Amino acid sequence: MAPRVDALFFFLIALSLFFGLLIAFLIVYFAVKYRRRPGYERGVSIDASIALEIFWTAVPFGITMVLFFWGASIFLDQTQPPVGAIDIAVVGRQWMWKLQHPEGQREIDELHVPVGRPVKLTMTSEDVIHSFFVPEFRMKMDVVPGRYTTAWFEATKEGEYPIRCSQYCGAQHSGMLGRVIAMTPADYQQWLGGGATGVSAAQAGQNLFQRLGCATCHKSEGGSQGPSLAGLFGKTVKLQDGKSAVADEGYIRESILDPQAKIVAGFQPVMPTFKGLVSEEGILQLIAYIKSLSQQERTAAK
Amino acid sequence: MNGAPQVHYLNVDYGIRSWLFTTDHKRIAWLYLLSVTLFFFFGGFFATLIRLELMTPQGDLVQAETYNKFFTMHGVTMVFFFLIPSIPAVLGNFLVPMMVGARDLAFPRLNLASWYIFILGGLFTLASAAAGGVDTGWTFYTPYSSIYSNSHVALTVVGVFVTGFSSILTGLNFVVTIHKMRAPGLTWFRLPLFIWAIYATSIIFILGTPVIAITLLLVGLERVFNLGFFDPARGGDPVLFQHLFWFYSHPAVYIMVLPAMGVESELVTAFARRRVFGYSFVAFSSLAIAVIGFLVWGHHMFVAGQSVHAGLIFSLLSFLVAIPSAIKVFNWTATLHRGSISYDAPMLYALGFIGLFTIGGLTGLFLASIGVDVHVHDTYFVIAHFHYIMVGGSVMAYLGGIHFWWPKMTGRTYPEPVARVAALIVFLGFNLTFFPQFVLGYLGMPRRYHAYPPEFQALNVMSSAGASILAVGYVLPLIYLIWSLRYGRVAGRNPWGARGLEWQTPSPPPTHNFDVTPRVVAEAYAYDKEPEETYEFGSPSRA
Repeated sequence: MAPRVDALFFFLIALSLFFGLLIAFLIVYFAVKYRRRPGYERGVSIDASIALEIFWTAVPFGITMVLFFWGASIFLDQTQPPVGAIDIAVVGRQWMWKLQHPEGQREIDELHVPVGRPVKLTMTSEDVIHSFFVPEFRMKMDVVPGRYTTAWFEATKEGEYPIRCSQYCGAQHSGMLGRVIAMTPADYQQWLGGGATGVSAAQAGQNLFQRLGCATCHKSEGGSQGPSLAGLFGKTVKLQDGKSAVADEGYIRESILDPQAKIVAGFQPVMPTFKGLVSEEGILQLIAYIKSLSQQERTAAK
Repeated sequence: MNGAPQVHYLNVDYGIRSWLFTTDHKRIAWLYLLSVTLFFFFGGFFATLIRLELMTPQGDLVQAETYNKFFTMHGVTMVFFFLIPSIPAVLGNFLVPMMVGARDLAFPRLNLASWYIFILGGLFTLASAAAGGVDTGWTFYTPYSSIYSNSHVALTVVGVFVTGFSSILTGLNFVVTIHKMRAPGLTWFRLPLFIWAIYATSIIFILGTPVIAITLLLVGLERVFNLGFFDPARGGDPVLFQHLFWFYSHPAVYIMVLPAMGVESELVTAFARRRVFGYSFVAFSSLAIAVIGFLVWGHHMFVAGQSVHAGLIFSLLSFLVAIPSAIKVFNWTATLHRGSISYDAPMLYALGFIGLFTIGGLTGLFLASIGVDVHVHDTYFVIAHFHYIMVGGSVMAYLGGIHFWWPKMTGRTYPEPVARVAALIVFLGFNLTFFPQFVLGYLGMPRRYHAYPPEFQALNVMSSAGASILAVGYVLPLIYLIWSLRYGRVAGRNPWGARGLEWQTPSPPPTHNFDVTPRVVAEAYAYDKEPEETYEFGSPSRA
C-alpha cells in the first residue's frame, strides 16, 4: 500500500510545484513589469474575460476529479482487508496497545507478524479514542470505545516498524508507542510456537462461553431459549421488528452488552446484559469462538 | 481638505466611560482591536512555550500534562478569541458602515453588547487558564473531554459557548446593515468585495455558531451532571460529537479565511490601482465557499470510523470547495496584470497572502485525497496545512488590512520602511516555522506530541528557530503602530489614492462618518475614473 500512497503523494507534490511556481512567477513578473513609476500612476482596468474564467474553473475541476478517483481507489483497497488475512484483535487503553493473535498469543505494545501476509486488525478501546498509526505502512485508523474499527496492512520487508498513537488521548499520548516486528514466515511460526499458551483465541472464547453460561441457552442444535450460534457469523439475521442485521463483530458485541437492542425473530428478550462481566478482550475472544463455529460448519459441509 | 478635521470620532469625547459605553462602530472596532491583540499575544505566549518544548525530543522542559495544556490554550485562544473575531469584529466593525455609506451599523447597542459578551466569554477562558488550564485540545474530543480529563473543561466550554453569541449577534448586525443601509445607488454589484466576503461570513456566523454552542453545552452537561450523550458505556456515541463539532468548526475555517479574502481583494486593487479582475466571480466564489463549506465536515473524520461511502462523498465535496478558492487566487493574480503596482507594506502582506494561501490550498488537496489523508491525518502535515491557511492566510491579511486602514482609523501613517521589513520578516519566519512541519507529518510525527523520536529533532529545531523570527515580525508592528499614534505623519483622507467609499471621508472620520449621504453612481474600484465620478456628495445629510 505504501508505494501506491506515495505515488499519489508525489504526484500531488509535482502538481503543487507546478501551480505554486506558476502563481509565484506571475506575481513576481507582474509586480516588476507593472511597477508604479512616474507617468504610470494608474493601472488599466480590464473586466473579466468569461473564457478565461471558465478555463480556470474547468481546469481545477478536472484535476480535482482525477485526484478524487485516484485517492478513492487507494482508499477502497485500504478499507478492504484481503481474504485470508491474519485476524489480530487490538484493544487500546491509556496508554498501551493490547494485541491478541488467533493462535492465542498475547502481546503488549508489540505485534509480531510474518512478511508477505496481510494482517487485519479489529480494534476497540477501553477508554478514550486512540488511533493506530504505522507510518511505514501508510496506515492509520481510530480506535473508538464502544465499537469496532478495522484496518489492515502487509509487511513486505523484515524489520521493526513503529506504532504511534495519532489521536490525542491524554497525558502520555506521545508515550503510547509500540512496534510491528515483521519476520520471515518460518521465524513467525517459530515465534508462535515459543512461549505459547497452547490455547487459541477461539478456544479461550469457548472457555469463556462455558464459564459465563452462554451455552445454557445458545445450544448448537437450536430449539432452546436462545438462537443457535453455529454458522451465524457473517449471515443476515431476521429481527423481531421486521428489520434485519448482518451478524458481524459489532452485532455480536452489541448482543452481548445490550441484548435488548436487536432481538432475533422468534425469540423472547430474556437475555441479561454481560456488561461489566466480560472485558473487551473477552468479547473479542467470544467473537473468535463464534467465528470458528462458522468455519467448522464450512469445513463440515465440504 | 487633507488636514485632520477638528472634531472626529476619536476626540469627540474623552474618558473611559465614553469608550466603554460607546455605540459608535468605529470605537467598538477599537475595543475589539485592543482585546483581540491581547488574546493574540496570550495565545502566542503558549505557542512560544510549545516551540521551546519541541526543541528537544525528550519532553524535558515541562511535564506532559503541562504541555497538553499549552497547546490547548494556544488553540482555544487563537481560534475562538483571535482568528474568528479578528477581521470581522475589528475591520468589519470599522469598515462595513463606511463602505456602505451608513452612519453606523443597524443595531449599534447590540454591537456594543456583542463586545461585552465576547469579553465575558474571554474571561471564562482566562479564568480556566488561571485555575490550572484545560488539556483536551481545542477540539474537545469526547469521551476524553467529557469523562476522562481532570482539567477545567466545563469552564472553558462555557467561555466558548458564551463567545458564540457575540459571533451570532455580530453576524446579524452585518447582514441587516448590508441589506438595509446601503447608500443610494450602491447596488449589490457595486459593493466592495470585502462586503461580499463579510456577508458570506455572517451567514456562517448565524447558521453555524448555534451548533457549536449546543455541542459544547452537551459536553459541559455530560461532565457536570454526569449525562451520557457521548459515553458508549451508556448508549452514547463519541463520534457523534465529532460530527457536531466539525459541522461548525469546518465552516469556522471559512469564518477565518473569507474575511481575509475580502481584505485581499481591497488591497490588491488599491495597490495595483485597477479594477479587480472578474468581480462577480470573486463575489460569488465567497458565497460558494460559505455554502459548500457546510458540506465537507466529514473530511476531519476520514479515519474516525465513519462509513467508507461517507468518506468518499466527503472527499468529493472537499475537492469541490477548493475550486472557488482557486478562482479567487487566479483573479487576484490577473488583477496585477497591467496594474500600477506599488510595494507598500499592505501590498507586501497581500502578495505574501497569495503565496501562503496558495500553499495552504494546494496542501489541502493532499488532505482531500482520501487515500493520502489516511497517512497524514492527525500528523504535523495537518498542522502545517491549517497554519498556512489560518496564519499565512488570515493573519497576513489581517496585518495587511490593519496597515492599510491604519491612516483611516488613526489619522496617522505608520513608518513605511520598518513596516516593509516587518512584513518580510513575518513571511520568512512563517515559512521557516511551518514548512518543515509538512515534512515532519509525512515522516509520521503525530500532532499533540510532547516528546518525539530523536530523528525528528532537526526539523523541529528549524521550526522553533523560524518561530523566534516570526515572533519578531509580530512584535515590530505592535511597537511602531503604537509609536505612530503620536509621531506618525498626518495621513489625510486618502493617502493611498484608493477608490473605496471609506477613503472619501476625513481621517479620522467624524462620528457620523459622512457629512452628507453619498450617492454611488459607478461600480467599485473605478480606478479609471476620479473619485468624484463614482461618488456624489450632493444632498444634505439626513443625519
